Formats: sequence, structure tokens, C-alpha cells
Amino acid sequence: MKKINKNSLNGFINYGIVIAAFAVIQLLLGMGRLSNSLQSLLVPACCYIVMAVSLNLTVGILGELSLGHGGFMSLGAFSGITASILLQGAIPMAPARLAASMAVGAVFGALGGVIVGVPVLRLQGDYLAIVTLAFGQIIQNIIMVLYVGVDSRGIHLAASKERFDLAADGTAIIKGPMGAVGVTKLASFTAGFVLIMITLLVVQNLVNSRSGRAIMALRDNRIAAESVGINTTKYKLMAFVTSAALAGAAGALWGLNYSSTVASKFNFNTSILVLVFVVLGGLGSIRGSIIAAALLYILPETLRAWDIAEYRMLIYAIILILVMLATNNERLKILVGRVIPKRKGAAGNG
Amino acid sequence: MKKKNLAAWLMAGAMCFSLLAGCSSQGGEASTPPASQPGSEASQPAENNNNQGGGEAVVVKVGGIGPITGDLAQYGTATDWGAKIAVDEINAMNGPVRLEYRFEDDTGVADTAVAAYNSLKDWAKDAPLVIYGTTTTQPCVAVSAETFNDRYFQLTPSASSPDVTSGKDNVFQMCFTDPGQGTAAAEYLKGAGLGSKIGVIYNNGDTYSTGIADAFAAKAAELGLEVVATQTFPDDKTTDYTVQLNACKDAGADLVFLPIYYTPASLILAQAKQMDYAPVFFGGDGMDGMLDMKGFNKSLAEGLLLMTPFNASGTDERTKNFVEKYQADHDILPNQFAADGYDCMYAIYEACCQIDGIGSMDSAQLCDALTALFTGGQFSVDGLTGSGMKWLTTGEVSKAPVVVKVEDGVYVTQ
Amino acid sequence: MSFLNNVITGVSLGSIYAIIALGYTMVYGIAKMLNFAHGDVIMVGAYVCFFVMSGAAGLSPQAAVLASVGAVLLAAVVCTALGIVIERLAYKPLRSAPSLAVLITAIGVSYLLQNSAQLLWGADTKTFRPIVEGSLVLIPGQLSISYVAVLSIVCCVVVMAALTAFTGGTKLGKAMRACSEDKAAAQLMGIDVNATISMTFAIGSALAALAGVLMCSAYPVLSPTTGSLPGIRAFTAAVFGGIGSVPGALLGGILLGVIETFAKAYISTDLSDAVVFAVLIIVLLVKPAGLMGRYVPEKV
Repeated sequence: MKKINKNSLNGFINYGIVIAAFAVIQLLLGMGRLSNSLQSLLVPACCYIVMAVSLNLTVGILGELSLGHGGFMSLGAFSGITASILLQGAIPMAPARLAASMAVGAVFGALGGVIVGVPVLRLQGDYLAIVTLAFGQIIQNIIMVLYVGVDSRGIHLAASKERFDLAADGTAIIKGPMGAVGVTKLASFTAGFVLIMITLLVVQNLVNSRSGRAIMALRDNRIAAESVGINTTKYKLMAFVTSAALAGAAGALWGLNYSSTVASKFNFNTSILVLVFVVLGGLGSIRGSIIAAALLYILPETLRAWDIAEYRMLIYAIILILVMLATNNERLKILVGRVIPKRKGAAGNG
Repeated sequence: MKKKNLAAWLMAGAMCFSLLAGCSSQGGEASTPPASQPGSEASQPAENNNNQGGGEAVVVKVGGIGPITGDLAQYGTATDWGAKIAVDEINAMNGPVRLEYRFEDDTGVADTAVAAYNSLKDWAKDAPLVIYGTTTTQPCVAVSAETFNDRYFQLTPSASSPDVTSGKDNVFQMCFTDPGQGTAAAEYLKGAGLGSKIGVIYNNGDTYSTGIADAFAAKAAELGLEVVATQTFPDDKTTDYTVQLNACKDAGADLVFLPIYYTPASLILAQAKQMDYAPVFFGGDGMDGMLDMKGFNKSLAEGLLLMTPFNASGTDERTKNFVEKYQADHDILPNQFAADGYDCMYAIYEACCQIDGIGSMDSAQLCDALTALFTGGQFSVDGLTGSGMKWLTTGEVSKAPVVVKVEDGVYVTQ
Repeated sequence: MSFLNNVITGVSLGSIYAIIALGYTMVYGIAKMLNFAHGDVIMVGAYVCFFVMSGAAGLSPQAAVLASVGAVLLAAVVCTALGIVIERLAYKPLRSAPSLAVLITAIGVSYLLQNSAQLLWGADTKTFRPIVEGSLVLIPGQLSISYVAVLSIVCCVVVMAALTAFTGGTKLGKAMRACSEDKAAAQLMGIDVNATISMTFAIGSALAALAGVLMCSAYPVLSPTTGSLPGIRAFTAAVFGGIGSVPGALLGGILLGVIETFAKAYISTDLSDAVVFAVLIIVLLVKPAGLMGRYVPEKV
């Protein structure tokens, strides 16, 4: 009983951190104290936070390495953009249309999650990782040749430019390698904040539920979990699909924040970047993912202020390695444990 | 789980430190003269000259964006280096306008480009800012939507898709548009009577390549050119093109159109030679730069036709001077990306010189004034990539593509 | 004839994937870590070779052969040293950390190598001077295979045989296998686990140098990001063949090359990537440990 209370307390602290951060940023925005550069990073940072928290569900809580999280984001981005254009007439109010588009993105992300999840969750470890990587590549490749448009006759879908017969009055939404161009920007920081809150609500409630405990039992010892009657496929799929749906919603928000988006944006490197956030923040730690995603996304941009243009990414790489080494250094952990006595026990029994 | 939290907090501390450090250096910047930043060292001597002359030059800030790290770094660095040479020259002239230049990395990705653009806005503070870039098309579409809303004048050296300028009055291009180039290519082939059977190999993961190939296909059909094979590859890191070449060979193509960048093209030429396939190869302006690749066997490119606005072996004084400076600084020959960058700076400078009351303008006013000037029909610029260049209201530049042939390792105008 | 041509193209491409995959699989098999920086060590090896070969331009044919051999050896030495340094500084401190921590560090090393290479040698693409040129003509005018491809296949087979003999026959090799089976037990048997794993990285990096030289000889362009895409492809090949299995890497590499070429030739050049990865998924669903991987039942 005590443990459950502690978990939900942890959850409330996470909500509190996000709400406080939102309030502080809104205050700074109101006072005009936030630079243009930081302002432009708010929405993408929100997307990456959602991506990191949702990937943590797969990697940290379910314990399966996924290298294709960008693929779900891609599905969400392009389906969300398409939905926002199709719904232009039906829902004229921008925030409502954004919400609907994110919902569509989430549905497509979830669909992708089911398609990948059902067959491959039988695989384990690095083999599952490579299949998720392969899935990310396939999605990228398919969207690269996909043409989607809408005209008076309805929606058109084609796999090549030649077969794409859009009427003159039609709007091309996705144009193969050019991606989606001329998207109306609907995303806002508030929407990003709401999405993070929803993500936290979904993930934390799942983790603290009976299903969540089943999922963690699978991570810790699959055979033992099976022996007490936990349905492996069901719970694995539950975590995987939830994670994919949230990534889809984040993708939709991302897609509606820029006037153009291409499939290659959501490549292997993006999936890896999110994985970096998750690992640096700590596997299984929701709060860690939030903080890591926010700070690490903003870091390369703040490095711009140092006037080191061509050294920027080099320094980023060095910081990445050093942080990884520092956080895994036993001696440093003990040292920190001494400085913060409360943590001492936790660091010791890790 | 607690243990992981420790990691998160530790890192949070480290990052906060770097954020603070970032802020403090940003704060310090305000008190020192901006020209002393390493990013704009090119303009530093010029500033000194200026001060000696005691002239009251109007300062216009030019913020450049392009990839200087990552896969596309070679293109971004070329546009940056070319522009720096021009800024240097311009500021040494002690004219009525002085350019203050800074280039930001976008790694060739749209979201980073938007972030770079916003950091340039912070850099400019209240001074009038003109956006130069971005180098590559896709980020440029995202940035131009922003500059259109925020009212900054934007001139891109090399983002060539019509999507960059369409619907945005404030965005102009220094390079040909992709469809323009594809159409011109088909017309040239028809006119020169080249290629009874044509094969096309292009990068279908790239806007530039697809844009040219699509327009070429449309125009070729209209002109009755026979395209016998159309082959694609997914990205510029593809290494093997034998299948695509075999398809062209089997279809009997005697001319292969390659609207692609020079790196994959150099592999295609080498692999065609290896399989004894020797059609006429014909490329777009992305092909320029191949001869300057370190270690490239120039005999492979013998007979290659390409459309390029710039010829590094040109004999006019300005080109020679530019090539000399570029080589002295960077030890490689400039390509058309660099030349377009150089011309962009002169276009911005000469336009700014023609605007009355520029000294009291903010960015938005300068944007409107420059836009009016560029679309007015009177304004023209002479540069390395063309003389008497003018702009259409669509933002497109009007200059004629020049077809050159590689003979003995140099361009010969056709 | 075009079918045979495609087979040859596929095998040539596959032989390059295979030689990279051998290094991947070697390190994975022993150290149980996905070394995402492997592709970038390949890039460094190629640059070293590039500079030696450009210096050797214009030498007499005999001297050029010597220069080629020298270039390969120097590349191997530099890469081995680099591999040891990376291992010592970045991976060794993480020996007891979770495997994902090492994975992320490897990604950091990969960024570091790419960006350092760009600062040192510039972002511009360089044309690599192949160590061997020309092709072996099978049917004049119709069918030929480049000497680089022949050399790569020979190298793959030799490396495979050598690795098998080494891990099977020598003391150090046996120690490596012991570490791969069970680190704790190996330690108890008196094996210096740390030194053994460092040794694995040294060998893996030397293989990367060889792969870099062969890859850039086959596809002679070189830039700081040259290693990243083949790195992913080779990783795929290694998994395809059964990661950790040395013959599997060879088989996986060649098959991947052939499938990719066939997908381009007979299905669509547009969708070749999707086809390759779809085949990979199907193979893994049928054989979850790859073609030649060993299925290890879970211990309860």
C-alpha cells in the first residue's frame, strides 16, 4: 500500500513539474523575456518530451529496445497533416482541428504499432531492435514515394507522380520526396503542454495499474511472469501500441508546427535521438525522460550563442559521452550519495 | 528506479550549467562590438577601414543559414565561404552600406533551420536583418514561411524549388528553379538534336532532383523526345548504380540525363566506365563541383554536358579574383554554390545602396523596400553567375542556363 | 545475361556489406555490444588510405602496389590504435553499466568521429583512388566482375577462416569465446576479461580499416559521413545472418547485397529499401535468430 502511494506521489510531482514549467514559460513569454530562439524551440521540445516518455514505456518499462520510434512519429505527422487539411471545412476552429489531427495521428500511430507489434513482439532483444529499425526505414521509404491529394472528386492516393491524377482545383497534401509543403501552422505551446499532460496521464496510470505491473513483471522475468499466468502478447502489445499512439500524436503536433515536413526527417537518427533522451534520463524514469528531452533538445541550440558554429556538434558529442560516463561512474555515484544523503540508499541498492 | 533519477538530476545540473553559460555569453555579446565575433571575422578588417574613413555607413545585418555539419555540409560551407569573400570585399569598399554577416548551421533539416533563423533574429536585435539562405530546399520552405510572416527579406543562393517562393512575396532565389532547369534541359536537347533515346537517373528522395526530373519528363513528352528509361535511387549515399545503368543500357539509351548532385554522379560515371557503357551524360547545375573533387579522375567526365551558371576556370577578372581568394582560404576550387553565395551578397548590398532612408528602417520596412525594388523590374545585378540578373515577381531569377561541355578537364561553353 | 549481371552486381555489393558486417559481428559476439561507431572507424580507415594513396599518385606500377599495401597496413594500424583508445576511454568505464548506456556512448563516439573528421579534413567529398582497378572479364563486352569485388570476397573468406581458426584454436581466441559465453565464469577461470574485450575491439577496428579501404575502392567517394549508411546496412546484414556468427555475417552480407540489387532490378528502384527491410523482417519471423544464428534457450 505504501509503495502505491509513493508511486502516485511521484506521478503528482511530475505533473507539478510540467505545470510549473509551463507557468514559468508563459510568464516569461508574457514579459517578453524569452528569446526568439527559445520560443521557437518550445513546440518541438514538447514533441520530443512526448516521444521520450512514450519510448520509455517501450524501452524502460516494457524492456524492449526499439530503434524505430521515429517511424510512428512519421505516421502521425503525415496522417495528422492530411487530416488537418481534409478537416479544414468541417472544423474551422484551429485548436479543435489541431486536436482532431492529433487524434488522427495517434490512431495511425497505434495502427502502425499493431502492425509491427503483433508479429514481432515474439522476437527478443537486438532482433526486435533491428525489426523496429527496419520498420522505420520502410515507413520512410513508402512515404517518400507516396502522393496524397484532395480535389472535388475526393481523396487521391498514388505511389508515383505519374499515377497521381489530381484535378486542377485540387490540393496536393503529400508530394512524394517533397513531403508535405504549405502546411498551415496550427501547433501551439499550449497544445504541446496539453499533450504532455495527456501523455503523463496515460503512461503513469498505465504503469501504476494492474496491467502496468504485469508489463514490468514481463520485463523483469518473462518466464516467471508467464508461469503465473500473465499473457505475454497482450501486455507487450498494450505497452507497445500505447507508446506508438503517443508518438503518433507527437508527430502530428510536429508536422503542424512547420510549413513543410519530409519523410527523411523521421529517420534512424531521430529514433536514436529519442533513445538517447530515454537512456540519459534513466530507463523507466518518466521524470528523467522529460528533463533529458527538454534539456538535450535545447542544448545544441544554446551552443549557438558561443560562436563556435562548426564545433557545435562536436561539443554536443563530447557532452553526450561525458554525461554517459559520469552518470555510470560508481565513484561519482557514491560521492553524490554522500552529498545528498537521501539518495544514498537508492544509489546503493540500484 | 531511484538510481536512474540520480542520473537525470546530475545531467539536469550539467545542462543547466551549459544553459547559464550560454546565456551569459549572449549577454556579454551586447557590450562588445558584434563584428569582433569569430563568426564574422571576415568583416573585421573592413570595419577598421571604415572607422578610419570616418564614414557614417548604415549597417545591415545579413544572417545566413545552411548545413555546415552533417551529410550536406559541403554545400552549406560553400555558400558560407563564397558569401564571406563578398562581404569582405563589400566592406572594404567603404560604401554607404556595411554588411554584418553571421552564418548559422541548420544541418540540412527544417526544424533546425527554423531554430537557426530564430537565433539570427536574436542576434540582430533591433538592427535591420536580411536572411540569406537556406542552402538546401526543404529547410528553406520552412524558413521562408516564417520570414514571410515576420517580414524579413530573404534571398537564397541555392534552394531551387518553386515551393520556396510560392505565395511569399519576400523570398527570392539566386539559382535557377528546378522546373525551369528541367524544361531548359529538354529544350536544349531538342535544339541540339542530342539523344535519340534518353535515359534518366535521378534521386527520388531529393526535392531538387525530383523537381528537375518531373519538369524534364513533361517537357520531353511535349517536344517528342524519346525517354526510354527512368530510374531512381533513394538518397545521395547510395553507392551502387549498376542496376540503374544497366536498365538504361538495355533500353538502348544513348544519352543519360542526370539531374543530381556531383557526388553520386561521380560514382555513376565511374561505374558506367567499368561496364563499358558510354552514352553522353548530361547534368544540371548540381553537377558543378565534380571536377574539383580531390582525387577525381577527370578523364571520367570527358564529354560530360552540364548546365551551370558558373565556370571556375572563367577568365574574367572578377571570377579569377574570386577563385584565387577562395583557393587561398580553403584550398579547394569554388563551385556554383559558392559563386551563388557571393552574388547574393552583392545583390543585397547593391539593392540596399539604392534604397532611400535605409538608415532609419527596421527589418520589416527594409523587407518591403527590397521586395519592391527586386520586383520593380529596374533593379539588376552583375555577378559571377550571370550579368544583368533580374528577378520576377514570383521570386525567380531570370538568367539563362549555360550549357558547358567538359573537354580536357575544363568547361567549354557550348 | 542481365540476370547474371545483376547477380554479379549483388555479390559485389554484398561482399562490401559482408566485410563490414564481419567487424560488427565480431565485436557483438564477444563484447555483446552494438558498436554504432564501427561505421565511422571505417571512414577514418578510408581517409588514412586516401592520404597515402594521393601521396603515391604518379609512382611506377611496382611502387604503386607497394604503396597500396602500405596504405592498407597504415590504415589498419591507425584504426587499431583508434579502436583501442575509444575502447579505453569510452567503453571500458561502462563495463558494468547497462548495455544501453554503452550503446548511447557508441552513438556519441560516432558523432564525435564524424564531426572531428569534418573539422580535420573538410566536408567536401573526395574521390578515393582505388587500391586495385579494372575488372575481370568473364564474357567480353557482356559480363565482368571488378577486381575490387573479387578481392573483397577473397578477403571475406580469408578473414572468416582466420577468425574461425583464431577463436577456435588459440588461447586468446578461446578466452574470447569464454567471455562471450559467460563473463563471470571466465573471470573465475583466470581470464582477464577486460584485456580480452579490449583485444576484441582492436581486431574489430583493424577489420574496419580493411573494410573502409575495400568499400572506398569499390565506390570511390569519401566524406565524413561515408561510414554511417553502410554501418546500418552492415548491422542489418549481421543480424540477417545471425549476429555473433562469423559465417553468418558473410552469408548475410552477400544475401543482402543480392536482395537489394534484385529489388532494384525487378521490383522498383523507388521501393528497394522497403523491399530489403521487408525481407529481413520475414526472415527474422521465420528464423528469429537470423540465418545462422544460434538459438539460445532461456535459462530459468
